[in-house]
Amino acid sequence: MFKRGSIQSHLNLKDKILAMDFVLLSCIIILGLISFFAMYSTDGGEFAYHTKSHIVRFFVFFLLFFTASFLRTNFWYTTSIPIYIGILILLILVKYFGLTSSGSQRWLDLYFLNLQPSELMKIGLILFLANYYHRISAGDVNRIRFLFKPLVALIIPFILVVTQPDLGTAFLIGVGGFIVIWLAGVKMKYFTYFGLILVSLTPIAISFLKPYQKSRILTFLDPSRDPLGAGYQITQSKIAIGSGGFFGKGFLNGSQSYLDYLPEKHTDFIFTLFSEEFGFFGSSTVLALYVVMTMRIVSIGNMVRDTFSKLYCYTFATAFFVYVAVNMGMVLGLIPIVGAPLPILSYGGSSMMAMMLGLGIAMSCKIHKDQSIN
Amino acid sequence: MISSTGESKSKLIGRRMFIISAAKAVVVFGILGRLVSLQINESKKYKTLSDKNRFREWKFSPPRGTINDFYGKQIASNKQVYQLHIIPENSENIETLIFRLKNILNLTDKKIFKIRRKIKSQKPWDPVVISDNLTWSEFSRINLFLHELQGAEPVVSVARLYTEPSSAHVIGYVSKASKKDLQNKEYLKDKITTSTRVGKTGLESKLDLQVLGDVGYKRYEVNAYGKRIKEISINPGKAGKSFKTTLDQEVQDLASNLLKDKSGSVCVMDIYKGDIVAMVSSPVFDPNQFVHGINNENWNKLIKHRDKPLINKSIAGLYPPGSTIKSLAVISALENDIFNPKTVIRCNGSIELYGEKFHCWKKKGHGYMDMREGLKQSCDVYFYEVARKLGIDRLSETAKKFGLGEKVLDGFIEERTGVVPNTSWKKKFIGKNWYLGETLHAGIGQGYWQSSPMQLCLMTAQIANGGYKIKPRIILNDEENDKFSDLNQFIEDRKLFADDVVSLYDFISKFRYKSLFRNPENIKFVIDALYGATNEPGGTSYGSRLTKKGFVFAGKTGTSQVKRFTARQRELEIKNEDLPYEDRDHALFVAFAPYKDPRYAISVVIEHGGSGSKSAAPIAKKVIKKVLERHPLRESQSNGEIV
Repeated sequence: MFKRGSIQSHLNLKDKILAMDFVLLSCIIILGLISFFAMYSTDGGEFAYHTKSHIVRFFVFFLLFFTASFLRTNFWYTTSIPIYIGILILLILVKYFGLTSSGSQRWLDLYFLNLQPSELMKIGLILFLANYYHRISAGDVNRIRFLFKPLVALIIPFILVVTQPDLGTAFLIGVGGFIVIWLAGVKMKYFTYFGLILVSLTPIAISFLKPYQKSRILTFLDPSRDPLGAGYQITQSKIAIGSGGFFGKGFLNGSQSYLDYLPEKHTDFIFTLFSEEFGFFGSSTVLALYVVMTMRIVSIGNMVRDTFSKLYCYTFATAFFVYVAVNMGMVLGLIPIVGAPLPILSYGGSSMMAMMLGLGIAMSCKIHKDQSIN
Repeated sequence: MISSTGESKSKLIGRRMFIISAAKAVVVFGILGRLVSLQINESKKYKTLSDKNRFREWKFSPPRGTINDFYGKQIASNKQVYQLHIIPENSENIETLIFRLKNILNLTDKKIFKIRRKIKSQKPWDPVVISDNLTWSEFSRINLFLHELQGAEPVVSVARLYTEPSSAHVIGYVSKASKKDLQNKEYLKDKITTSTRVGKTGLESKLDLQVLGDVGYKRYEVNAYGKRIKEISINPGKAGKSFKTTLDQEVQDLASNLLKDKSGSVCVMDIYKGDIVAMVSSPVFDPNQFVHGINNENWNKLIKHRDKPLINKSIAGLYPPGSTIKSLAVISALENDIFNPKTVIRCNGSIELYGEKFHCWKKKGHGYMDMREGLKQSCDVYFYEVARKLGIDRLSETAKKFGLGEKVLDGFIEERTGVVPNTSWKKKFIGKNWYLGETLHAGIGQGYWQSSPMQLCLMTAQIANGGYKIKPRIILNDEENDKFSDLNQFIEDRKLFADDVVSLYDFISKFRYKSLFRNPENIKFVIDALYGATNEPGGTSYGSRLTKKGFVFAGKTGTSQVKRFTARQRELEIKNEDLPYEDRDHALFVAFAPYKDPRYAISVVIEHGGSGSKSAAPIAKKVIKKVLERHPLRESQSNGEIV
């Protein structure tokens, strides 16, 4: 019907705007507004650096979201592989030119932004794998030959990120990848084999690790090893959330955050700060917004017909949910501290960029659901 | 074809997505449940924890209450001291800080070790006391270098000061709380801070709870790094209560001077009120040494001293009462109708009974004596006979009535009860039967008797006041003063109706004083005989009498054997002074004054001082003179206080 590779679609801008999922859009805007307040509070009730920078980023990447939405799904399908490879190159560049902070080399200095390619890889890998499974036939999915490529595509970025070292992000990238593979229909037994291989390889992997990396992983597995580090953070976070009670201590009144008991309150622990100030009322509202967003993206996945869009929407919805769940689980003391930002709410340009891009592509699937991919 | 594979793919994807969605639902409920549990169910607990994070308290001890004498003179007060504390969390490098301080203050390695241990044992924001009593030059040196001593805090604080060494024993001393103190003294729990000193002995220990006051605190909001953000509240605490005692510091000083270079005690008591006017033990020690921790050298000096300066001999020194018990022997014999005071006995210097020879102190013998003469001249032979007839159990009963064998004061942990021997006591504590010979020794206050100078003073007071039980006191409070508001009237009445027993009883009942006699005449008999002992030739303390009107007193000497004289020593006529110091007799003297209308009782004990008449009575005489001279002032003071 359409010319191959054409970016243009027959829908005009007005049609596209009207075809958007307004519930999802509203949720994004509401979370954006919440994040402004939360950031204002972390700045100690001042309109200071973090707040300004966060608002600017939100609007910049909100534009990215719109742009991504209005591009045809076919564009995303066809550019999946270049996007993945591009991010992979960035990840390799990080290894050599990356900025190091707190012993971890994760960022590329782009002058206007310190880009963290590992965040973008969360989306890149999903796009690549969705594209791959779109192309192969259902019968090939479980052939060993066809398992090889997705596994390599998953493992290379995983290893690159793990060695930064950034276990949290690597883990989240891996989860995204496995969800695509799982949804595509790879048999359960292969997951079992993979798990077994992983377990048997662990001792060898450990022997390659440097002592500080070993200690880092052990602390990751057992936070009580480092009571004033991770254990302290979890305890203080629980105190902050619990002391919020039902209605919270009030905006700008979170004593735990004000008195610096909360570590990384701008980024990983933003939900803690919000829960302390707004109580159960606030925290359950935020949780509800994320759940609604996830459900909307899943419903987009239900609407679309082609495998790429379906796999992308389902996986992104699930990954998005996992990011939220991991972050909340972490600050609530349900799982160990892994260093995962909360989508949209957390301070951080790359994360914001990745989430807006991911949401934009999902929205593109909605807008262009009646247009086929080829 | 593509569409059919697409179709089957879609179905598979949808199925698997359904499983994932179910898993998501579980996770959502998990998170929601956790939120409910933290923010609703357990929110109270976390609010408390959050406040604990937020607020930090620094406790401080208020100054101890002062302890003053009857005229308001401070005996235990407070002085300003310069201290150095460090707050470990405020220092950038604690080791460097310790090193710098070590150089500035010349701290010993041992002290450094203690400081390190202390730092480890407490919270990083709690101050550690490096020195609690810096000299001015040390303090100014610290202040000079302060800019490079981060975490060090020079503090101007208050500490206990004892200005009256003669009252060292009665006041006691304070020192750092030991582990034992913290275990045994329940009240210390909420009174302890880094600068708290607790009372160890004497009044400091007795009054510790009230003198300590209530701990104050400053409450700050702090951030996670312990930095104080703002002051939330400040509670100044409650300064310790100050106490006025019954002591007269001038009498204390005089008595202490008289006891200089001797080992012994002087006690003076108001015979009606029970007010302890003086309570001096010698040799004295400097209680100030304990406030900031006594060093080993000084400590060894104190505990190895022959005369045991740390012991308050007035209440913790125990001596056989010697002849001072004879007054009680007379009272007991008369009260029990055992003995007729007119009974005359001939003293040859010794008697033989139960195959044993019992000597009188006068080798030549006193000749024929009746009871008054026997007491006046303290004839041992007479009292052997009294005791033989009386029996030990009746004598011990009277002695207990008059306050021997039990603690005189309340709350002095060092006070000892002594021993009032009798048959059952011996059976119980020595496990043997009582021998009749022992009764004779007991009759002259030797043998198993053990009594403190304060007990002897109380005994004398209760004889002097006509035989009424009084409750000695050392702390004045308003409540008890009311009790004595009619005292002067009582004393006046007593002069007028000296023979009117009924009216006296009426009056005594007002004080709820218990009479210790059956017949007041028996007490009068003893009072009269004691007058003779001091004021008539031949009396044992005749040499120490006062003749000035209003100053005449009556007393009883006593000499208590430390080691019994052997027959050979007696033969050789070895004098007490020739014996080694440790074997010499203790000298005792008890008295009341003035003889007419007595008001004060006194007891003097000089350890290894020889005979009571030679070394104890002269001291008593001087003290009595002083006490009586100061009596009008004391009266006006107490009257003024009541109004």
